[in-house]
Amino acid sequence: MARSLKKGPFVDYKLERKIDAQNDGAKKSVVKTWSRRSMITPDFVGHTIAVHNGNKFIPVYVTENMVGHKLGEFAPTRTFKGHTSR
Amino acid sequence: MARISGVDLPKNKRGVIGLTYIYGIGLTTAQNILTKGNISWDKKVNEWNDDDIASIRETISQMTVEGELRSQTQMNIKRMMDIGCYRGLRHRKGLPLRGQRTKNNSRTRKGKRKTVAGKKKAVK
Repeated sequence: MARSLKKGPFVDYKLERKIDAQNDGAKKSVVKTWSRRSMITPDFVGHTIAVHNGNKFIPVYVTENMVGHKLGEFAPTRTFKGHTSR
Repeated sequence: MARISGVDLPKNKRGVIGLTYIYGIGLTTAQNILTKGNISWDKKVNEWNDDDIASIRETISQMTVEGELRSQTQMNIKRMMDIGCYRGLRHRKGLPLRGQRTKNNSRTRKGKRKTVAGKKKAVK
């Protein structure tokens, strides 16, 4: 079921604060985050966010098309290297 | 003979059913269209008069159907593949998108079975 519009998109408070701080100052750097459940808002566009996949951080460059998706969708948690062929 | 949004409708079927031959119109939408134009659902397609057809055209022209709808869907899939989100990756691999199991089944997405040579059967 979709989230109620009344609440607005969910973004982890700490992550939102960090992005806002970077937007105020002109400096941009990679933000590390474990918050895969955060929605990508228009503020994120142009930032690079390192999203944790349970093992390491996957750098994700946020473009305009990605708005509305969750961060976790861009950092796959499973590696499938194919079946052994004999 | 009714030709609506590039599709020939079957002559001898009931109006509601005939409309569903258009891509993007299912039973519910077809019912709504006919109700809006005050046309009986049971009227056959070849019994529609010009006014009926005009009102149906009018209603359908406000919706996205057929080629437009197909290209819209393709665009949405392409967008997901381009941004590299999870659903896009699954589209690329031709696997189900919504967390279904892939150990067995999901043949609709995976297509015909490809037998793997040398795969051992489970020993009892």
